Formats: sequence, C-alpha cells, structure tokens
Amino acid sequence: MKMFADYDQIMERISLQNLWDFPGGVHPTQKKSLSNQTDIQRIDLPSVVHIPVKQHIGVNGELIVKEGDTVKKGQPLTTSENSFAVPVHASTSGTVVAISDHVAAHPSGLSELTVTIECDGKDSEYEYTPMSDYAQRSKGEIIQAICAAGISGMGGAGFPTHLKANNVKPIEFLIINGIECEPYITSDDRLMREHAWQIRQGIDILCHLLQPKQVLIAIEDNKPEAFETMSIACQQEDNYHVVKVPTKYPAGGEKQLIQVLTSREVPSDGLPVDIGCLMYNVGTCYAIADAVIEGKPLIERVVTITGEAVDAPQNVWARIGTPIKHLLAQAQYHSEKQSYPRIIMGGPMMGFTLSSVQIPVVKITNCILVPAAKELPLVEDERACIRCSACADACPASLLPQQMFWHSKAKEYEKAQEYNLFDCIECGACAYVCPSEIPLVHYYRKAKADIRQQQLEKEKSEKARVRFEARKDRLQREKEAREEKHRLAAEARKQSLNKDGGAAKDKIAAALARAKAKKAKQQAQLKDKPSSDE
Amino acid sequence: MTLTLIAILVVVLIALVFGALLGFASIRFKVESDPLVEQIDNLLPQTQCGQCGYPGCRPYAEAIANGDEINKCPPGGEATIKDLSELMGVEAKPLDAAHGVEDVKKVAFIREAECIGCTKCIQACPVDAILGAAKQMHTVIIDECTGCDLCVDPCPVDCIDMVPLHDSSENWQWNFKQVSVGDIPLRQL
Repeated sequence: MKMFADYDQIMERISLQNLWDFPGGVHPTQKKSLSNQTDIQRIDLPSVVHIPVKQHIGVNGELIVKEGDTVKKGQPLTTSENSFAVPVHASTSGTVVAISDHVAAHPSGLSELTVTIECDGKDSEYEYTPMSDYAQRSKGEIIQAICAAGISGMGGAGFPTHLKANNVKPIEFLIINGIECEPYITSDDRLMREHAWQIRQGIDILCHLLQPKQVLIAIEDNKPEAFETMSIACQQEDNYHVVKVPTKYPAGGEKQLIQVLTSREVPSDGLPVDIGCLMYNVGTCYAIADAVIEGKPLIERVVTITGEAVDAPQNVWARIGTPIKHLLAQAQYHSEKQSYPRIIMGGPMMGFTLSSVQIPVVKITNCILVPAAKELPLVEDERACIRCSACADACPASLLPQQMFWHSKAKEYEKAQEYNLFDCIECGACAYVCPSEIPLVHYYRKAKADIRQQQLEKEKSEKARVRFEARKDRLQREKEAREEKHRLAAEARKQSLNKDGGAAKDKIAAALARAKAKKAKQQAQLKDKPSSDE
Repeated sequence: MTLTLIAILVVVLIALVFGALLGFASIRFKVESDPLVEQIDNLLPQTQCGQCGYPGCRPYAEAIANGDEINKCPPGGEATIKDLSELMGVEAKPLDAAHGVEDVKKVAFIREAECIGCTKCIQACPVDAILGAAKQMHTVIIDECTGCDLCVDPCPVDCIDMVPLHDSSENWQWNFKQVSVGDIPLRQL
C-alpha cells in the first residue's frame, strides 16, 4: 500500500509553500482579464424565469405550486421528500404561468420539467427564517436549513450539499476550492474579491458541522487580489490557511487539488472523505452563509459573460432561471462577430454548446462564453491517431487516453473499463494537446453513457426475471389451491350424500320426478296451443 | 480358465465400485438445474414476450441449450445474438425476421378514459406490471413494463398503445453526430 503524507508533513510543506503536483495538466491561454476587471453587476430582472425542477444530481423534489399561483421571491416551488431531492425556489416574485417541459441546460438540448414564472417586477420577498445563532443549534437543524435552501455544489457537479455536510467520518482537511482553473471564467475570482467575508462565514458554518483539523482555502496564483482578500478575511483563525496553488489546468479538479495539497490520492472507487478530505466550492460557501445566517435560499449566482463576441464582458448576479438571452443582451452580444450563433455554457474546456438562447441559468452555471469567429476555432475533421502519446502525458488522472479511445470507438466497453474509463474526469486536457484533433472526451462521454445504459438495462431485465418467476409461482399456487378446493368440495358433497343414508338420494329422485312431470305438462300444453289459437 | 474368471471378476468389481461412486456423486453433488441454461437466460433480455415461440425467456434458454437457433429474439437484437454466439460457440446469424424485427424500446400505455376494467390485460402481463381490478381502471407501472406487447391483443376496446420511451437528459447517449454539442477544447495557440 502506498504511504501517504501524514497531517504534520502536509502542514509543514504547506507552510513552506512547497506543494506537491499532479501528473499531466496543460496551460491554455487564460483570457481571464476579459471579464475580471469590473465589479459583479446587478442587472435588470428578466420578464420571465424558467426554473427547472431538477438542477442537481439526485431526484426531483415534489411540486407544491400550480399554474396560476402567485409566488414571492425565495418561495419554495418544490419540497424535498427524499434526501436526494433538493428543492428549487422562485427567484423573483410573479405568477406561475406554466409548469411544463422547457429546453434544459444540458448538452442534449432536450426538455425537462420546468416552472415558468412571469415576473411582476416588484421582487417582493418571501419571509425567511434566519438562524444567526447557528453555533447553538444542532447539526441536524443546520443541515435541514442548508437542504431547504436548495444548495447543491456550485463548482459544476451539483451534488446536494446537505448530503456532503452530513458526514460522520473524521475530517483532517476541509478544502475550499477557489481555484477556478478553466480559462475565461472569473465568477469565483470576483466573488472572493468582493465577498470574502461572507465566504468566510460559510466556512465557519462548515467547520461547525464538520470539525476539521485544518481548513485549506486554495486559490490559483493567477488571482493575487482574491488571495489577498481571502487572507485578510481569514487571518483571525489559526486553523484557516489560504494556499497559493500554481496555475495549471485542471488544478481545480477535486482529485487533482487534493493531490496538490496533500499528496493523497482519492481511491478509484472511493471518495475524498476516505482519505480525510472534504471539498467545497467558494460559491457554495457563500450560499451556505446566506442559507443559514439569513435563511435565504439559493436563487441567484455569479455568472461570467465573456468572449470576444460581447462588447461588455462582465460578471453578473443572475437569478436562477434567467434566460441566457437576457444575459447576452446585458453584455451587448453582437451575433455578427460570430460566423454562426455559438453560445457555450461553462468554459472552453468542459463546457457545452447551447441549442437555444431560452435555456435558463441553473445552479451550476458559472459562465456563458460567446467566442468571436476566430477565437475558438471549431475542431475540424479528426485525423488518425499517430500514437504520439501526448494525451497520456497531459492526463491529470494518469490514464491512457489512447487505449480508452480505441476501445470506446470500437464499443469494446469492457476493455475500456479495464483502462479505468470511469476515472476520467472529462477535463479535456487530452483533446487539447492532441495533434490529430481527435475529440477524445466525446468518445469517453459516449462510452460512459452507453455503459450506464447497459447496466440499467441489465438491472431492469433482472427485475423482470424475478417478477416473471414470482408470477409463475403464484399462478401455480393458485392452480393447486383451486384444485384442492374442488377436491374438498367434491368430497364434502359425497359425504353429505352418504351421511343421511338414503334420504338425500330420495330427495334427488323426488326432484327429478317433479322436473319430469313439469316437462311433460309443458309439452302437453304446447300441443294444445295451436288448436286454442284457432 | 480361473485367470479369465478372476479377470472378469476384477473388472466387474471395479465397475461396481465406480458405479457406486458415480451413483453417490450424482446424488451428493446434484446440480439443481443446467448451468448452461442459467448462462443463456442471463443473456436474454427478460422481456418475456414470447416472440421466439416459447412462453418466456427461460423456456427459450432451455431450447437453445437443446440446440435451437439463437436468432429468434427480436427485443435482444443483434447484441444478444452476438453474446449468445460467443457463449455457444456458434456462428452469429442475422435476426430471424419470422419472429419480428428489432425495434426501439417501448412501454405499454393504457388510455385510461377508455378502459372498461375487464382485467384481460392484467392476466396477460407476464411480469405483473399492470395495476387494476375488475370494473376498475387499469394502468401500467412504467418501471416494471418490459414492452412485450402481450397486453395489446387481449384488450377488447383497444385502449393500449405501445409508446416509445422518450429520451430524457438522463438516458441521453451523447449523439454528437446529430447535433453540434459537447466540449470544444480550446486550441493550442
């Protein structure tokens, strides 16, 4: 077993600013200065907001509003009946005009159940229940408040925060991720510069819940201002340590950041908590502070609108559900600067092209990127792999992208899994360095989706088999029971015939005689009938 | 003469000993069912639709084990035929069109307003995926339905449709040939 650095060794290296490194990684052009020069702007309310019922990993909450209802800003639209359900809230006041399928913030461009609210412009607020004395409250109460506020990880994965915070294992390092390693995106950067104090409050709450030995706030060294403000905000606490991490993509990946800070590696089928670490995004900390101290749900977030096709790249406070079109207008989008409409949600490495400008901002939307015609040239036709192994050198998870590519392309999924396809974090570093311009991550995503589907089908067929067998057994049982019943009834009949000797037999004979007589009489009448008619 | 007798005796003795041994083993180490049938059954899609001509997947698995053709399962399609051919060591043949063609995944849907509550579909369903009672409206439990089609014919008022499972973002298969989506790696400058 590989020995990992222990707590003291790690703290020593961190205090010396002598961090570890993760394998691979790339250095794409940053382009962050496009959008990080101005404050986070407050923008006009959109006329409608589209709030998808599910914006996290898990299941839908239960809808508690109906069409025609008037809702206030912050009013819950769904409740969390199941621990994997995270509620969503009205992000402004208005009337629910539709609860129907609306195009979702998903690469497929398919529709999902969405609550559409027509805004009344008043933005009148729902009554919140603050919990400023959280230090006296029980852990369960705080977690309940976090869940009710609808918080799911805002770094990108959207895992329900209350599940992660409800941890019982010992935590050595609570890591706050302010890395933001993807080019163009500056939403966390601006948030840290302007709201360091509230992020700090969120971290305090997490510390109260998780009792970590040490808090590490990791910020890439290309954000000196954010590093400065966070250091000032955290200076009173002895066990809070703001760490400068060398800029390299994807240093912000959960596993990569843990490796840089602690040299520990998250096991392939394990979680960071197995090696004593837990990670939260700075945006999530900000939202936790809002949720607990003010009782305010997650209804807005910072979104970077950037790219050379907008005149005013900036960060804005966008209400959840704001159509992308509204944000683009705010940043003065010029479609003529693009050769064809191309709007990307997320960054240039891991984002996806949107199919419609009506797609809403969701809890994990950190960036809207609109590149000019020549800014982010589309990948042309891929060429053959030349086996240069540049992808393997760039892979931050030490995988063999080439092998996974062959097997994924040939649909040899078992072999692809043998090369640990599911440890791929889809960061795109391999595709970035590929001289043949092979969109490697596409193949991995396709293969992963196919494998998941196959597993689902396998489970379903297993269930069908069990039900089929159960039904067969039941039918057999019923048949036997029926036969048994018939047999018993026949026996009972026989017995009752024999019991009172000849009496019953006589009765039957008498009944037969009566029936015979009746029939004879009827026939006689029938014969008489024609004559009586005449 | 005695030598021949001894030889015969020895052979008979050996035969008896081994016979007893085999007899004992066949009782002591009895395998409940044919493991090959289990393996084949595992590969079949368990729709229990009977399109192969057998009353369910397991009977068809037994038939295959006894030498029947492996290309009679339309719901499993080419993928199942490929898996079966590997298991059985026979050549993969195209699907036998006499038993139907491969189709998209479907589930039964009862137009509830038209249902008269006759329970005929409930009796036909091989996996008990239809809920209802006599003179009460019936409905299909979508998660349990295998899309076998067997409930459609018995319905006296034709209120059952087979509808394709709709694509959702959860089961979407990253088909980037249709639409231009997915990641767009920043090119090295």
